[in-house]
Amino acid sequence: MVRQADELVEEPPPDVDDADADAAGKPSVASRGLTLAGVSLLRIVGALAIPLLGFTALWSTFDFLRDADANRFLVIGVAVVVGVGGVFALFWGMNLVTDLLPERLRDGIRPYVFVGPALVILSVFLIYPLINTVFLSLKDRTGDEWVGLDNYHFIFTNDSMLRSMRNTALWIVLVPLLAVTIGLVFASLADRLRRGEAVAKSMIFLPMAISFAGAAVTFRLIYSFRPEGFGSNVGLLNGIKSGLGMQPTPWMQQQPWNNFLLIVIMVWMQTGFAMVVLSAAIKAIPDEIIEAARIDGASELQVFRRIIVPTIGPTIVVVTTYMVINALKVFDIVFVMSENAENSQTEVIAERMISTYFQGRNAGRAAAIAVVLFVAVVPIMLWNIRRFRAEEAIR
Amino acid sequence: MSLTAPLPSDVEAAAATSGGPQTVGVKQGGWFVRITLVVVIVIWLIPTLGVLITSLRPEAKVDTTGWWTALPHLFDKTQWTFENYRTALDQGGFENAFLNSLAVTIPATVIPITIAAFAAYAFSWMEFRGRYVMFVAVVGLLVVPLQMAIIPILRLYTGGAHLGEVQIFPDLDLNGTFLGVWLAHTAFGLPLAVYLLRNYIGSLPSSIIESARIDGADHFTIFWRLIVPLSVPALAAFAIFQFLWVWNDLLVAYVFLGGARQDRVVTTALQQMVGARGENWHLLTSAAFISMILPLIVFFSLQRYFVRGLTAGAVKG
Repeated sequence: MVRQADELVEEPPPDVDDADADAAGKPSVASRGLTLAGVSLLRIVGALAIPLLGFTALWSTFDFLRDADANRFLVIGVAVVVGVGGVFALFWGMNLVTDLLPERLRDGIRPYVFVGPALVILSVFLIYPLINTVFLSLKDRTGDEWVGLDNYHFIFTNDSMLRSMRNTALWIVLVPLLAVTIGLVFASLADRLRRGEAVAKSMIFLPMAISFAGAAVTFRLIYSFRPEGFGSNVGLLNGIKSGLGMQPTPWMQQQPWNNFLLIVIMVWMQTGFAMVVLSAAIKAIPDEIIEAARIDGASELQVFRRIIVPTIGPTIVVVTTYMVINALKVFDIVFVMSENAENSQTEVIAERMISTYFQGRNAGRAAAIAVVLFVAVVPIMLWNIRRFRAEEAIR
Repeated sequence: MSLTAPLPSDVEAAAATSGGPQTVGVKQGGWFVRITLVVVIVIWLIPTLGVLITSLRPEAKVDTTGWWTALPHLFDKTQWTFENYRTALDQGGFENAFLNSLAVTIPATVIPITIAAFAAYAFSWMEFRGRYVMFVAVVGLLVVPLQMAIIPILRLYTGGAHLGEVQIFPDLDLNGTFLGVWLAHTAFGLPLAVYLLRNYIGSLPSSIIESARIDGADHFTIFWRLIVPLSVPALAAFAIFQFLWVWNDLLVAYVFLGGARQDRVVTTALQQMVGARGENWHLLTSAAFISMILPLIVFFSLQRYFVRGLTAGAVKG
């Protein structure tokens, strides 16, 4: 297996030399009219052969990566080299191919060599699925028979689905509200520190670096509950309650309050982001404006409410939009925190979609749930496009 | 500002010398400010601190007492152990998962950046039909929830695509392969990458590119020799964003790579461990910390780029 991988890596260079020699020999050959057609033909054949060879080489490497018995370190090493090297080789090879083409074609084709891979991937992995999902949402659980709007009817009548929408509504209101408020207050207070502002901010920002899954484990420890007779409570909240001589609470089973406990996790993670962005916006306010207000006798609270908040208004809108989108798509937190979201009644839309597809094995319904999610972001999408076109008009 | 208005530095100096109540609060925090900040910071650090301390305590102690009881004995050596990490890495399968995460994350970061940089260059500096429309489409795709794409991509990977009876996309059998995950992550990261890099590359001065073209450089040379070096800040910012996004992602890895012990990444392994050993806190916390360690290193060592990358990612869907 190792030998095979080595060979594959070494395969391309000979071709490259040929191509270079061909390109270098071009002026002298081009002068002879008869051979010109032959050379053009050779170029086109070469142009086709290079990608074909490259493709075969890459493909056999991927077969190697699938080999379950191969050494793990080696597989991963090869994976990284092939993944990273492959994409560079792709562009370099395609550019080479374009150089080999007859001159009049080159300028027209080269832009598509540059944007081509991006367009292909976006079409196959985003645009086609987008359309396909809409069709699937009108089909049954295996995607074979048309069922009309049955899946949508289910979504808007099923208890669990309706609850997931109620919960998602809670998420998209509370997460932005709490994260932006705490972030804004913290940013404006930290702005007044003479020293240690950066350290203070990075402490709040730190949870942004970890995964939702990691954060979920972190908070499971805080909310952990053991009924009496099953050992002492090692969770922080119940530890505090025991310390105060109270009975422990099974936090994650307190419906509907367990939703808020999950929302707290996301607030914990996202506040840092709001804080950093808003802090940058606050620092961009010219000092003169704030000084002038202070000299006119405005209190600190008035400065905050009447000057700082209105000035950074657009930034607050952008941050809030970002948080709304994120909260709408929240999946990991609920998925890791609740073994069975239906029992704990903490379902959210994105989590329902995955459960419906993988546990419920119902492709049609899952697709319909995805479409509901998509429809919810369409206004933001249109707003983005409008904003972009307005910006372009100014450029 | 008129010339008669005091400069900010004058006001600060005045505040520092006179200390009068009217000018207090200009760029310096009182006790209220400091105490509020400290309280918030402590609340924000407690969760992570709890995980770190629990992961370093012996199993018997973790199981019977809360992690905070270890705080008074910080220097008592019998309180601490690395055993949990050894168990998590070895028996928990986290060593393998960590390697898998690397194998997923590194290419899934490099591939979209490379593809996006080429596309961004073309969108900024090359003339071709449909340029504007295509870019507007990219902007539109920014916020599409990736849930929309999951089922069709899974079907592409396991059966190809059919139009009626005709196979229009081959069955590549990519489900559960690294390539399948890279391509999915590439697609989900591309709109943002193209958008950001085009904004950056498009704002480079056109005189540089024009003079290079007059000197006879072709587009490929200009791109490698000129554009890439000049775009390092934007490339680094996006690289960090995408790296963290992929490393921390559970959804894409769970869907396209699956939970088999050999293939799973750290987030999937963590999620499975929660399901299987929900109360084994000594293992769960060390596993969680293993999943956090690399992002935290990135965070502390590249903080400036990190913030820039995340802020740039604000528009991602």
